[in-house]
This record gives sequence, structure tokens and C-alpha cells, in this order.
Amino acid sequence: MFQNLPLWPERASSFANNVDALYIFLIAVTGFFTLVIFVMIGVFAVKYRQRAGGRATQIEGSYALEATWTLIPFGLFMVMFVWGAAVFMKEVQPPANAMDVFVVGKQWMWKTQHPEGVREINQLHVPVGRDVKLTMISQDVIHSFYIPAFRVKHDVLPGRYTSIWFHAVKTGTYHLFCAEYCGTLHSGMIGEVIVMDPSDYAKWLSGGAAEDSMASTGEKLFQQLGCATCHRSDTQGRGPNLAGVYGKQQLLDNGQTVFVDDNYVRESILNPGSKVVSGFKPIMPTFNGIVSEEQLLSLIAYVKSLGVPQNAPGSNRPAVQQGVTAPNTASKAGNAKVQ
Amino acid sequence: MATAAALPTERQNYLNSNYGWKSWLLTTDHKRIAILYLISITFMFFIGGFFATMIRLELLTPAGDLMTSDTYNKMFSMHGIVMVFFFLIPSIPATLGNFFIPMMIGAKDLAFPRLNLLSWYIYIVSAGLMIYVILTGGVDTGWTFYPPFSTTYSNSNVVLAGIAVFINGFSSILTGLNFIVTTHRMRAPGLTWNRLPLFVWSHYATSVIQVLGTPVVAITVALVAIERLWHVGIFDPKVGGDPVLFQHLFWFYSHPAVYIMILPSMAVMSEVVTCFSRKRIFGYHFVALASIAIAVLGFLVWAHHLFVAGISAYAALVFSLLSYFVAVPSAIKVFNWTATMYKGQISYATPMLYAFGFIGLFTMGGMTGLFLASLGIDVHVTDTYFVIAHFHFIMVGGAVMAYLSGIHFWWPKMTGKMYPEGWGKVAAGLVFIGFNLTFLPQFVLGYMGMPRRYHAYSGEFQVLNVLSTAGASILAIGYLLPLVYLLWSLRYGKDAGPNPWNAIGLEWMTSSPPPTHNFDETPVVTWEAYEYDHAPQEVPVGN
Amino acid sequence: MATSTEVVAQHSLQHHFANMEQQRESSTLGMWIFLVTEILFFGGLFTAYVVYRSMYPDVWEMGSTHMEFWPGTINTIVLLCSSLTVALSVRAAAMGAQKTTALLLLVTVLMGFGFCGIKAYEYHHHWVEGTIPGNLWHYNVAENPDGTHSVPPHELQLFFFLYFVMTGLHALHVIIGMCILSTIAFFAWKGKYTPEYHNPVHISGLYWHFVDLVWIFLYPLLYLIANKHV
Repeated sequence: MFQNLPLWPERASSFANNVDALYIFLIAVTGFFTLVIFVMIGVFAVKYRQRAGGRATQIEGSYALEATWTLIPFGLFMVMFVWGAAVFMKEVQPPANAMDVFVVGKQWMWKTQHPEGVREINQLHVPVGRDVKLTMISQDVIHSFYIPAFRVKHDVLPGRYTSIWFHAVKTGTYHLFCAEYCGTLHSGMIGEVIVMDPSDYAKWLSGGAAEDSMASTGEKLFQQLGCATCHRSDTQGRGPNLAGVYGKQQLLDNGQTVFVDDNYVRESILNPGSKVVSGFKPIMPTFNGIVSEEQLLSLIAYVKSLGVPQNAPGSNRPAVQQGVTAPNTASKAGNAKVQ
Repeated sequence: MATAAALPTERQNYLNSNYGWKSWLLTTDHKRIAILYLISITFMFFIGGFFATMIRLELLTPAGDLMTSDTYNKMFSMHGIVMVFFFLIPSIPATLGNFFIPMMIGAKDLAFPRLNLLSWYIYIVSAGLMIYVILTGGVDTGWTFYPPFSTTYSNSNVVLAGIAVFINGFSSILTGLNFIVTTHRMRAPGLTWNRLPLFVWSHYATSVIQVLGTPVVAITVALVAIERLWHVGIFDPKVGGDPVLFQHLFWFYSHPAVYIMILPSMAVMSEVVTCFSRKRIFGYHFVALASIAIAVLGFLVWAHHLFVAGISAYAALVFSLLSYFVAVPSAIKVFNWTATMYKGQISYATPMLYAFGFIGLFTMGGMTGLFLASLGIDVHVTDTYFVIAHFHFIMVGGAVMAYLSGIHFWWPKMTGKMYPEGWGKVAAGLVFIGFNLTFLPQFVLGYMGMPRRYHAYSGEFQVLNVLSTAGASILAIGYLLPLVYLLWSLRYGKDAGPNPWNAIGLEWMTSSPPPTHNFDETPVVTWEAYEYDHAPQEVPVGN
Repeated sequence: MATSTEVVAQHSLQHHFANMEQQRESSTLGMWIFLVTEILFFGGLFTAYVVYRSMYPDVWEMGSTHMEFWPGTINTIVLLCSSLTVALSVRAAAMGAQKTTALLLLVTVLMGFGFCGIKAYEYHHHWVEGTIPGNLWHYNVAENPDGTHSVPPHELQLFFFLYFVMTGLHALHVIIGMCILSTIAFFAWKGKYTPEYHNPVHISGLYWHFVDLVWIFLYPLLYLIANKHV
């Protein structure tokens, strides 16, 4: 009878059991203390109700009792903190080999994109039993990517990539909600997450319209936008050679270093003057307003695909001196992930 | 008492000392200003309540069918703004605090009576501006004003709403400043800090937060308004700004602000529980210092609103830990109030019924806060109805219940009239039942994953939403009843006499309503607070 | 003289205070608490300043090169001197020298005018330069140290926005302070204060010192970032 009135959503990710276990523990503690307080109030109210000629017994207080009801709750709180922190730390550290999916939020839809190039709107197909890492950005206001069945949620910010990861354990279709109020159709910014068997997923991935992988889309953009005229694959360019820079420390012209990640590449395209690579001039025009968030993700995928580290000590030089990996092979490497 | 009853209307008091609208609008008497505040915030409460009603009606069905999305978004935004800034923040401090702090410490008035009146006028200007915003289309940013939605994308009147909140902040600051100075400098001879009623202690802690926190939110909201007007990019990522910085600044005030709302409720509890138990408070110093601890620790936990907003995992760990610390003093208070009832002479007048409700619901509200402080659970439940349920347990189950408790407790003192006790009990019962029916289902809804601020929702959430709306309708009756019978009592209520509850405290040692100067002679205090061993052991009325 | 002082003192005692001492202590404490509020009011802006400076240190340095060294420095000196005259006026009031009090306050107000004038000159300079953030911004080419030109990073607007809000809010406080001090000077000239009752002079002075203190923070944080002046 109560099957249709569940107390929690489905447990469809590897986090769900951890979160629910902690939740049940907290409910037990809360229930216990609430009961204690209610019972005490009830019993005192009845037992010590006002009687004609009765006298209240005055008690100043008790250090022993104060210590008890300070230290016991405090101890319980610390258990809750450590437990909650342990669950959380797992959620914020994506495994290194997680499969990438990219998410762009906008008023009021979710656009998702797989490295292989398949794009979806308000849907996200993922294989069961794989670690999936989402890299997310908003092109307008703050959204929040929330899959209750996975117990994961993170705000999707404009101007900065944030990420979450999960490991789906159960095939099925689950709610995808926007959890941060984002304007008129906030409650319409919903979709579904479809968890599939790996074989079905591979089939689905190849069954879509034949699209370029994100990296090769990015490479085309790189040519179209004229990036390649300065960011040449030799040392003669007016801009740094981009091969091998991704995922490394980069020396800047102010003497500081920066770690080249998605956010830095994005910033360098949109606001090239702010962190200029050592040895180069701030002459690059901004592409703010020219490239969309999806295109930026493709460009980043392309830069990343150049990142086969053939020249390890690249951190102190503006660009790698030689050895550019052919982009095509790199993008194929992306395809190879999906099996 | 017999003599007081024999000459009910002869005695001069603050209400009949002079008449005419000027004598009210230009008054510097803290008691009259408290009454002015009481009328204003009650008005704002019912405006906020109207919006709440509309929200609950819309959520009866999963489809967004009663109003458009834009209207719904405005409803919850204005519900939040009106209730938080224009009702809850001033509720107990500006009415009961204003009225009774000077009386409890044996002073003729607050330290700065004209500043007190100014704070009411500032409140009126800001509330008037807010009502103007409401009437001219409203605002749809949520009460939190998050950019870049508020600064760039919203089409509603964000700037004026922001200015209203900005102005309103100064009203709150002036009240806090006045209370701090009054508590320090205006105490009657012999009234040491160790003899101070806990009502005053709690309000002192509240005032510290008002003085330290409010300016930060004022400048932050002002920055939002400027950003919106001139697109200067302070919070706009397109020009290098950081929208998360806004959230830090906003919650640096707005988290402590919940303690601005709950500490005065605790203040009322300490008075009511002792009076109707005929007992000294259990662990006076622990309760007093717990208020201060809450005020201090309350400033160190703001980022627990940002666990999934893009702060570093290590910052999240620190703020989670600190959030647990602030729960300890609240727990201490609950246990001490409960222990105060032990071996007392407990009577069940309306204020005490609300106190029973408060202690229970505050326990639940506080404990569900632990869920949100827990990082692992917060990721799942933040921005869902779980959060809504939690803070309504604190704000409605806590603050509003305590406010009603206090209003009933001191109504005889403020007006000289008794409210009808039977109706009081009925209303208290309705509020308790209605409240639980409204907000308990929302915990489940939240854990089920229903996000907050949703105009339309998935069908599986409907049953719980219907329960919630049903509860809200009971709650609404519970709130309308006191409005009716309290007004009725002004004319038809029995004369209360100076001390109907046989309560202890300087405010009960003068006539009801009190004379303009509160006391005929400045009292000299030689006793501790709550010496109910020296008081009659029975509360003669209310049973 | 003594009797008239007592009469003045009793007239200045508000009805709800027990004695002059309680009244004086209350208003002094009230002003201190108000100043704490003010610190947090500016604190929000300083927080934003620190956050963005740590995000864009180079931009802040670049922004600082747009500040003119001498107007800022002269303004600092002007405000410091005005603090001295206020302090002297409080001392004069405590000694009962009312005309001196009024004159010293007047000098302070004049220095306040000087400060605002120099500030207005600087604002005008930014207006001409095009560095008013928002829609009025038309400063789009920056000269590099080696003579070449480049597009300034758009975060430069952030620096200028904080500059204008912080100095603007400060200037507003200076103007309010000038109004208060003028009023006090007027009453002092009229002979309202006595050695027993001169607390308005005292707490207005506190306020003015606070306003100066804010500038002592603003000056190095805005003007002295870049090393070009050293």
C-alpha cells in the first residue's frame, strides 16, 4: 500500500546507499531527541501541573547535566560531521579515468554533449557501471544540475566550469532537475537521465546522426576563427604553440605560473589579456561574444587533444618546441574510450 | 489587585496620556513606537501570508495552472522578501523588545528615543517602497537576489526592491544599536548582568548581529542595484566578476539573520517557561551565554549555504564543522527550558501552549539543520523542499510561535486587557496542527528530490503537496483567529490588572498599561531574575 | 558662571537619563557602535577588493597607474591635518573655549571642502580619460611600457568600479561629516557647550576621525599599488 509513497528516490548511483545510510542515521538521532523532548514536556506538563497549595521545587541548575547535554550532542555532531565529510569527499573527487560528458545550461534547457560529438537536449544518456564526469557551464544565469536518484547536485555557473561525477548502478530513466532558481521557466528546466547497458549505450552513441567528435569540431573552429595563424605548430607563431600545454603548469609574463585546465583555456580565449604566457605580447583579440559555450568546449577538447605530452619539461617555455601530435589521431583516441 | 480593579480607567498610562495622530506619529515613547511597529509588521505579515496562500494553492496540482510561471516566481519572491525583511527581522525585537527591554531593566526609555522613532519611519519608508514594488508588478528574484539573474536577466523591479531592503537595513541597525547602548547604560541600580532577565540577554545577542551583519547585506544589495543600473560587472562573470562572491557577502548577513529571528524567540521562551512553571530558569548562565555563543558562532558558518555553489571542498569541510559547533548552544537552551519545567507548577495558559510547541518544533527544526550541515546529505537536499521545511520549522514553528506566545503573554501588560483564553487555546492548537501538516510533508518532498521554487512539478510529488496545502489552510485560520480576538479584547476584554500571571520581572511591577515613564520611581533591584520561590505558586488565570 | 553652566547642563539632560554622566556615556557608546557598523559597511567593499585583487593582481597594478599620485597624497595630508584640528576643537570645547572650538571646526570643514575639490578634480580626470565603468566606459586602448598598444583587460572596469564606489562612499561620509561639524560649529559659536556638556563635539569628532581612518586604508590600497611612483 505504501509502495507508491516512498520516502526516498530510487538509489541509482554508487553514492545513493552512502547518502541514505547517513540520512537514516540522522533521522534516528533526530527522532530519538525529538521524542525525548516531547515526552519530557508531556510528562512534566502532566505530572507537575499546577495544583492548589503545591509548590515548585526551585533548582538553580546542574553542572553535571549541563556537561552531559553539551558533550553528548557534541560527540554525536562530530560523528555526523566526519561521516558526512567522508561521503562528500568521495563525491567531489572524480576518478582519473572517468568518461567525460559536457553540459551547457541555459534558460531554460540542458544541452549535453559527448566527446564523440553526440548532442542532446534535456536528456543525458550514460552507460551503467561506468564513472561519468560532467563538466558544466552556464551561458547565462546560475543553474544547478540535480539528479535525485544519483544524490548528486552542483551549481552550474556562468564563466567557470564546475564538475560532478557519478557511477550509475541501475539502468532506467531518472529525473534531471535544475535546482537553482533561474527565472521564468525554472521548473521547466527539467529532463531525464537515461542509464543504459554499455552495449545499448554504444549502439545509441553510434546510432545518432554522424557528427564529428568534439575535438575535430574544435579543430575546424580553430582553423575557421584564424587561431592557427598565430598559434602555429612551430615556434614562429605570434602566439604560443598549444601542443602539449594542457594539464601542465605554464609560466606567465608576470612571473607567476598557472595550471592549464579547462578554465584557463576558456579564459585565454575570452579574456586573452589577463594571463599572458611568458615571452608573448597581449595582442590577441578577445573572442568574447564570438564563440558560444559549446564551441568553447569543442576548442578546449581540441587543445586537450594536442596535449599528448611528448615534450615533458614544457612548463617553463611558452610553447612546446617540436612534436605536434596530429589532431586526428588524438580525436580518434577519444573515440576509443567508448567500448 | 483589588484597588487596581476598582479604578480601571482613572490611572494615567501611555495610551491615554494624550490623544491625536500627532501624539502617536511624533512620539518618542518606546511603548508607543512598539505599538506602531506591531501594527506595521502585522500588516506586512498578512501581505506575506497572502503570497504564501497563493503559493500553496498553485502547488495543489502538478501543472502550473493557477497562475503563470512569472506570477508564481513573483509570489514566492515577495513572500520571502516581505516575511524575512519586513516581518521576521523586526518582529519580536521591534515590538516586544522595544516595549519591554526598558521596562525589564527599570529604565524610562531606550537610550535614544528619537533614533527609535527614526527607525520606525525608516521601516515605514522601506515597507512603503516594497508595497509600491508589489503593486507595480513585483519582483521575481527570490528573496536571495542571486546575480547574474537579479542583475542582468530578471525583467522585474529588482532595483527598487533592493533599495527597499537596503533602507530597511538601517531600521534594523538603529534598533540593535539602541538596544546595546540601553542594555549597557540604562540598567536600574542593582541590576547587574547576572540579574538581567534572559529576555534582555538574548536581545543583546540579537542586537550584536544586527549591528555587525546588516551593513554587509545593505552594501551587497546596493551593489546589485548598481550593477543592474550601470552594468559595471561587479558580480558579472562576463566582465571578470564573480557571482559566488555575492553569495558569500549575502549569506555573511543572511545566515546570522536567522539568529536575529530566532534569538528573540528564545528570549520570549525564557520568560514564558519560567512564569508558567513557577520556576527559576535551569542553568541561567548557560542559557545567557548560549545566546552570546550563537551570535558569535553564527558569523562563522555562512558558507554552508554554498556547499554546491562552487566553493572548494576544503572550505566546505571547515564550514560544515563550524555549523555543527553552532548547534551546540541551541541544544543547551532546549535542554535547559525542558529541565526548567521539572518539578514546577505548570499551568496551561495560551503563551505556555505556544512554548510547548516552540520547544518541540525548534528541536525538530534545529536537528534537521544538522542534515543540511552534513556535507554528504546537503549535496542531495540543498535547494529542495527539505531546506524549505527546515527553515520554516525554525522561522514559523520557532519564531512565529514564540512571537504569538510573547504577544499573548504581554498583551495584558501592553493593553491592560485580557484576551479570551478559550479562543487563545483553540488558535494555539490550530497553529500547531496546521504547522506540522504543512511542513512535515515538505521534508519528505525534499528528500524525494523536489526542488524549491518550482511552479510545476512531477506528478509523484502531488500527494504530499496536497497535504501541505491542507495544513496551510488550517494554519491560516490559526493566524487569523488571534487577529480577531485580540482586537476584540481591546474593547471587550477583561481588565488585566498589573500582573495577571503573578509573574516576576520589573515590567509586571507597574500598572497595566504602564504609565508613560514606566515606573513612578526608579526601581532598585536586589534580586536575581526568575525568583519564583518568592512569588505566588499559582497562575490565577488562563487554566 | 558656575550657575549658568549648571543650568545649561540641566537643560541638556534628556528626560530619560538619570544624570549627565549616563547621557554622555550612552551617546559615546552609541557612536562607537555606529562606527563598528560603518566598518562593516565598508568591510563588504574591502572584501570585494581583496577577492578581486587576488584574482587579477596585474589589473589592479594597471589600475593603480591611472591614479594620480599627488592629488591623492595631498588629500591624505589634508585629511590628516583635519583630524588634528578636530582633536584640537574637542580639547578647546573641554576647556570651555567655545569660539576656538567653532573656529577649529570651521577650519576642519574648509579642509573637507578642499578634499572634495581635489577628489572632484580626480573624478573629472577619469571622466576625460574614459575610465567610468559601465556604459560610459570608453577607455579601450592601453599603452604598454614599451610604447606598444594593447586592449586593456576588461577587469580594469572592476578596479575602477570598486575605486568609484569606495571613494564615492567615503566622499559621501566626508560630506555628511562636514554638515555635522558645521552644525556643531554653529552651536559652539552660539555658546551651547560647556566643559561639562560638550559630548556632541566629542562624538562628531569621533565620526570625523573614522572618516579619515577609512581614507588611510583607501589611499595605499588604490594609489600605491604600482611601483611607478617609488
